[in-house]
Amino acid sequence: MPEAVLAIRDLEVRYAGVPAVRRLSLEVARGEVVGLVGPNGAGKSTTLLAIMGVVAPHRGEILLAGRPLGGQRTEAIVRSGVALVPERRHIFPELTVEENLRLGLVGRRSREGAGEDLDRVAGLFPVVRDARHRPAGVLSGGQQQQLAIARALVARPQLLLLDEPSLGLAPAVVDGVFDALAEIRAGGVTILLVEQRAQFAVGFADRTHVLANGELRLTLTPADAGDTERITAAYFGS
Amino acid sequence: MSVLQTLVDAIALGLVYALVAMGIGLVFGVMRLVNFAHGELITAGAYALMLTNHLPLAVGLAACFGAVVVLALAMETAYRPLRTTTPTTMLVTTFAVSFLLQAVALLAFGARGQNVGVLSELNRAASIGDLRIRWVTLVSIGVGAVLLAATALVLARTDIGLQMRAASMDAPTAQLLGVRASTVIRFAFLLAAVVAAAATVLLTVQRPLVTPSYGFQLVIPALVGVVVGGMDRLVTATLGGFAIGFAAAVLGDVLPADGRVFLDSALFLLVILVLLVRPGGLFGRSRAAWERV
Repeated sequence: MPEAVLAIRDLEVRYAGVPAVRRLSLEVARGEVVGLVGPNGAGKSTTLLAIMGVVAPHRGEILLAGRPLGGQRTEAIVRSGVALVPERRHIFPELTVEENLRLGLVGRRSREGAGEDLDRVAGLFPVVRDARHRPAGVLSGGQQQQLAIARALVARPQLLLLDEPSLGLAPAVVDGVFDALAEIRAGGVTILLVEQRAQFAVGFADRTHVLANGELRLTLTPADAGDTERITAAYFGS
Repeated sequence: MSVLQTLVDAIALGLVYALVAMGIGLVFGVMRLVNFAHGELITAGAYALMLTNHLPLAVGLAACFGAVVVLALAMETAYRPLRTTTPTTMLVTTFAVSFLLQAVALLAFGARGQNVGVLSELNRAASIGDLRIRWVTLVSIGVGAVLLAATALVLARTDIGLQMRAASMDAPTAQLLGVRASTVIRFAFLLAAVVAAAATVLLTVQRPLVTPSYGFQLVIPALVGVVVGGMDRLVTATLGGFAIGFAAAVLGDVLPADGRVFLDSALFLLVILVLLVRPGGLFGRSRAAWERV
């Protein structure tokens, strides 16, 4: 198996003493796409926030390319090569599209090659070039999602975390977003994908872990994408 | 006094208050902290000018800017533990710092006013047609306009300015992108200090008697201006500062001589009326539903 870009071992995260993630262990190898699915409150987003250093683990450790992330500030974790596309995009609506994109460069260790990366994301998402002088808030939801992904990509991350990229988008728009993710994956970017639409994630990722009540219940492969019964059973713990 | 003369004076005072308000707004934007001790930056700068008034002007100006910047960076360091506390704790702490610094100034310089006596020749009047305008009024308009434009340029065109704007709109997301909170907050204090130092020089020319509460007395109306303008955005906060300075100058001219003791009362009555009609501030706007699906 290739080197693990991300390794989570025995992770437990608590909010006010109540566990939100319980003894979670998983690995994401270089170039791999790993999915995390599960019902609301399963602990998916909390896992991403723990990786980003936003919430502190109660127990366990998180390693990026073998180096522990524990105790590091979010800004340092970003600079060590982790980029998050947050749930509901969180673009800056009053800034222009170009300014939003420039903010993605803050997380880079070096500005070398930044111009090429900006061109590359403009090729992948033409809206970031076509609407670069417009306020990001006037973009449609799908375009804002593209901008949020583009902003994360210009940081040239070694690990891309995607939190619910399909949330609030029309089905046709979701297809477009996943087509773009397929291109990003083809470029060798390592991805941890949190997604509510389980079948999308299972069909897309190399492996998909089902979380429920903070625990890893099941691991599925793309071959299981049509097995609705198995996915549903894992969701509801039966 | 002609209407034009009143307008020129009002614009000049408005711009000085706008500088003070902008300093408050810069720090509030990135830290959500209303720094009541901002006035003590002005007081420190004024005392630095007073202490160096026998030295060449350049030395005095350097001392003023240096004192204000050093004190601002010290405040930034002192406020660091507050970043994770409640707004009430932050507010009360800045009040405490303000009164502490006023007490230090009282011990060091006494309660009596000290004459700064720098650039006092700018109080001479220049004649432009029928208008007789003091040079300091013209300098205030020029310096105020240049500093406001320069700050706007820094915020709009530089990477650190972009990061400051992002942090003031959505600090958690900015951090998720790698924006260092410490860097943008320190830069905000630095910018606020430079602007406060410039305002100090302009103010001490017009009001040369400095006391321990010199800056505090200026910051209160500027803060009111920030609230009236709308404190959630730097532009509206700065416009609010301008509006309060402008209104104070106009009211000062309009009120009869024996009624000027009611200037502050008239100003605050105006503020109450504005906030009754527009609770979000004079220049605030209702947040549009930005997100479209």
